[in-house]
Amino acid sequence: MEDDAPVIYGLEFQIHIIDFDDENNIINKNVLLHQVGEIWHISASPADKGVLATCYNKPSDSKVLTCAAVWRMPKELEPGSHESPDDSSSPAHTLELLCHLDDTAHGSVACVVWEPTGDGRRVISLADSHILLWDLQESSSQAVLAGSASLEGKGQLKFTAGRWSPHHTCTQVATANDTTIRGWDTRSMSQIYCIENAHGQLVRDLDFNPNKQYYLASCGDDCKVKFWDTRNVTEPVKTLEEHSHWVWSVRYNHSHDQLVLTGSSDSRVILSNMVSISSEPFGHLVDDDDLSDQEERRPEEKSQEPPQDSVIATYEEHEDSVYAVDWSSADPWLFASLSYDGRLVINRVPRALKYHILL
Amino acid sequence: MAAVAAGPGPGSGPGDSPEGPEAEAPERRRKAHGMLKLYYGLSEGEAAGRPSGSDPLDPTDLNGAHFDPEVYLDKLRRECPLAQLMDSETDMVRQIRALDSDMQTLVYENYNKFISATDTIRKMKNDFRKMEDEMDRLATNMAVITDFSARISATLQDRHERITKLAGVHALLRKLQFLFELPSRLTKCVELGAYGQAVRYQGRARAVLQQYQHLPSFRAIQDDCQVITARLAQQLRQRFREGGSGAPEQAECVELLLALGEPAEELCEEFLAHARGRLEAELRSLEAELGPSPPAPDVLEFTDRGGSGFVGGLCQVASAYQELFAAQGPAGAEKLAAFARELGGRYFALVERRLAQEQGGGDNSLLVRALDRFHRRLRAPGALLAAAGLAEAATEIVERVARERLGHHLQGLRSAFLGCLTDVRQALAAPRLAGKEGPGLAELLANVASSILSHIKASLAAVHLFTAKEVSFSNKPYFRGEFCSQGVREGLIVGFIRSMCQTAQSFCDSPGEKGGATPPALLLLLSRLCLDYETATISYILTLTDEQFLVQDQSPVTPVSTLCAEARETARRLLTHYVKVQGLVISQMLRKSVETRDWLSTLEPRNVRAVMKRVVEDTTAIDVQVGLLYEEGVRKAQSSDSSKRTFSVYSSSRQQGRYAPSYTPSAPMDTNLLSNIQKLFSERIDVFSPVEFNKVSVLTGIIKISLKTLLECVRLRTFGRFGLQQVQVDCHFLQLYLWRFVADEELVHLLLDEVVASAALRCPDPVPMEPSVVEVICERG
Repeated sequence: MEDDAPVIYGLEFQIHIIDFDDENNIINKNVLLHQVGEIWHISASPADKGVLATCYNKPSDSKVLTCAAVWRMPKELEPGSHESPDDSSSPAHTLELLCHLDDTAHGSVACVVWEPTGDGRRVISLADSHILLWDLQESSSQAVLAGSASLEGKGQLKFTAGRWSPHHTCTQVATANDTTIRGWDTRSMSQIYCIENAHGQLVRDLDFNPNKQYYLASCGDDCKVKFWDTRNVTEPVKTLEEHSHWVWSVRYNHSHDQLVLTGSSDSRVILSNMVSISSEPFGHLVDDDDLSDQEERRPEEKSQEPPQDSVIATYEEHEDSVYAVDWSSADPWLFASLSYDGRLVINRVPRALKYHILL
Repeated sequence: MAAVAAGPGPGSGPGDSPEGPEAEAPERRRKAHGMLKLYYGLSEGEAAGRPSGSDPLDPTDLNGAHFDPEVYLDKLRRECPLAQLMDSETDMVRQIRALDSDMQTLVYENYNKFISATDTIRKMKNDFRKMEDEMDRLATNMAVITDFSARISATLQDRHERITKLAGVHALLRKLQFLFELPSRLTKCVELGAYGQAVRYQGRARAVLQQYQHLPSFRAIQDDCQVITARLAQQLRQRFREGGSGAPEQAECVELLLALGEPAEELCEEFLAHARGRLEAELRSLEAELGPSPPAPDVLEFTDRGGSGFVGGLCQVASAYQELFAAQGPAGAEKLAAFARELGGRYFALVERRLAQEQGGGDNSLLVRALDRFHRRLRAPGALLAAAGLAEAATEIVERVARERLGHHLQGLRSAFLGCLTDVRQALAAPRLAGKEGPGLAELLANVASSILSHIKASLAAVHLFTAKEVSFSNKPYFRGEFCSQGVREGLIVGFIRSMCQTAQSFCDSPGEKGGATPPALLLLLSRLCLDYETATISYILTLTDEQFLVQDQSPVTPVSTLCAEARETARRLLTHYVKVQGLVISQMLRKSVETRDWLSTLEPRNVRAVMKRVVEDTTAIDVQVGLLYEEGVRKAQSSDSSKRTFSVYSSSRQQGRYAPSYTPSAPMDTNLLSNIQKLFSERIDVFSPVEFNKVSVLTGIIKISLKTLLECVRLRTFGRFGLQQVQVDCHFLQLYLWRFVADEELVHLLLDEVVASAALRCPDPVPMEPSVVEVICERG
């Protein structure tokens, strides 16, 4: 079957939808025009494949204002639909605007995060120092502000990144501003934890462990990737220092949370194996049905050393700063990275490691 | 002459005299001698030192003992030609003749002696006959004497027996008299206080009285004596208990009481109890000296007093006890040992308390002397009371104190190091307030290094006192081996160097997060310090230690190379951290300047922005600072007059090649393609790469970090036309001034190119400024 890796990247005014056919190693591209402006952040709805949200710069003469909007892409371009037109020369399609997530009173939007599970109706946008919780109604055509909270403090506080936790029935959101990471409860829109000085410099990105509800990864300008237990925020659980410049993006694998992907402006992508703090610290647990088949093999497995945390691979295909990395939502062994020069690289987890994790 | 070679001594006898001038004379004489020797059982060879080699058993040897004429003749006849036979015949004849004449001379010469010998023998015979007669007479006289003597003793026998009896009676009577007088004498003695005398009398009489107590008169005496003795014993006990008198008198009392047959067990207990009382008093006085708040006498005086008072007392008690109660056997010895152990333990506890008070003090010599006294004093009772293990305990205490001293010195060194650091911090902070240029970092470094070194040396010298020859405990195995290798070398020196490295590293461990409280200059200084340690100081210190303490290599010690590696690693981390900190400072400046400006609505550039000037100033300051401590380092060879010419090339090439296409927004891919192709040929820049120990490398690191930050910040902004031009101007300015600091100026070009290219990409209306105008602005600025 065709394997879809809906990786979307933005060049000025365009959204490209790349189809990656795993079996035939064919890459297929569709272009969507995004006429309102330069895209700074993009996120797809988890519930509806055709819906996505963007943050974009509104061109104006003297000021740059970043706005956010929810869009629907044309039906035939939705990932997974088979009638995708395979000629790349076909005219570019246009996005259909569903609604604006604008509240000009709150300033520029840094990013938009969808509720990870559910019906794709709840969205959070981070605008300067405010968290805005939106409720999308009437098939996303209308956005109602359901709640908001804002940072109090000296100086100009500005959110740089946010992430919605998939645990606790999606009631927690983590945000980053400057060197601080904060956790929020979406029901009361109040702060639940705060990691002061999480990084020596600006925090660039966050990600929640999909399998361990209190674990959070963060990365920043101090070249470090840190793993936190949000129940005890005084010290990081683990710190990685593999990159030689700012780390822009960190992502847990969606199903095997020992695999952590980081992208940095030293133009490297690093895939790490963080076994010790994953949900499977002692390797894959053998199911009961398998036990009977593998009776003879068990002693060997037991004698194995518990695997160590390590860097699995460093990908140096990029020539310039890597700003985004992400895992495929369809194939857990596939990931893509995007760099400043517009190069998109799709890679697989090394086969040996894959079998090691699976078997 | 052959005669000399034959070597007869001057007094070799009359046989020598007729020796003629003939050639064969020695031969003949040897033959004669040979016969004599044969007679006296000497073998020919060993006597004459004759040239050996001829077989003594050879029958053909004329002079041999086993000469066989037949064989000889046979041999001659068979082997020799006629002429030689004739020769030997004449020769032989001549020899025989000579021998004959010799013999005759000998006989003549010795004739007189034979005669006189014969005479002497005859005379002796005569004399012996006379002597025999006299001996006979003597024998008969002796017999007569014996006879007489026997008769006399027979007559005297009777009287002798009587005299013996009388003497016996006399002695008995005297004894009886002594017995009768005994009570009165005893009383007198007791009255006079001559207890010793009394006890002796009593001892002499006791057995007799015991034996004859069935006779009434003796019984009366015995009773009297017993009464008196009881009184005596009581008085003695009284004296003993009063205890006021010294130990020797007490010992005397006990001895007398023992002689009086008092039960030893009980006395032994009492004796020890008394001794305990006295020793406890000593201990109490010592304890009083300890006091809760010490105006205490110094430790030497304390141990002296303890040594003479308590230990001396204990010695006396022990020796007296061993003398008095030797009969008690092992049980008694055990009792004494337990006694000594207990009191010794209390004494040690006191000494340890006192020594603990001394722990903080700096004067080792006094302490060592005190310990020496203490240890020395305890060796005497140690010998006396081996079972109590006092000497071992004392040695243990000394060892413990030595160990604590080492710990104390390590602590001292550490705090000295920290003190140095504080001084440096102050020195670094103070002049900045005064507005002056920073103090000479090199000078500060030298100060720190020398003060640490002198502290180490002082500590070594202080600790060295423990192993001095004249100190009594220095030959204990602990002080010869473990103290030197594990204690001083590993614990003190290696421990200090390690802790120094750790302290230094701790400055890197909390980067930024807990505030960059560490001044960067301190990082730089520490890094240089560690590097110096790696290159020279560590091996110097360890050699010094090894020499002073003659470390014997039984236990494994940390090799110099490991320490050096640690120091080097520390130096590297410190320097890298320095680069990061300084890079961060400049980065923050650049970042603020990019982030806070409104690049869309900026005016046409007239000047280089002040931030850039500040960056260049700061970089220069850092360059000066690093230059004070680190060598220049290697630069990539470049044309010497770089700045301008290369810039104009770079600027014009950029205009045509690099971002000219980006004017036309319709072909954005070309820009990417071009820049990608260019990047393919340029090396990837490792921004936070490890730093080498030289100035250029440090500066390169800092500049790399700063420019990369500038690049990333520029990419996040949108620029108007004039914003782009401002960036252009700024980058040119940086290019003009920064190239000289880095190892490879190509790097600066590359990064700045990248910045301008990124700014152009982020500009909706990219119209670059004329390079000539840029240059004019920069030169003016």
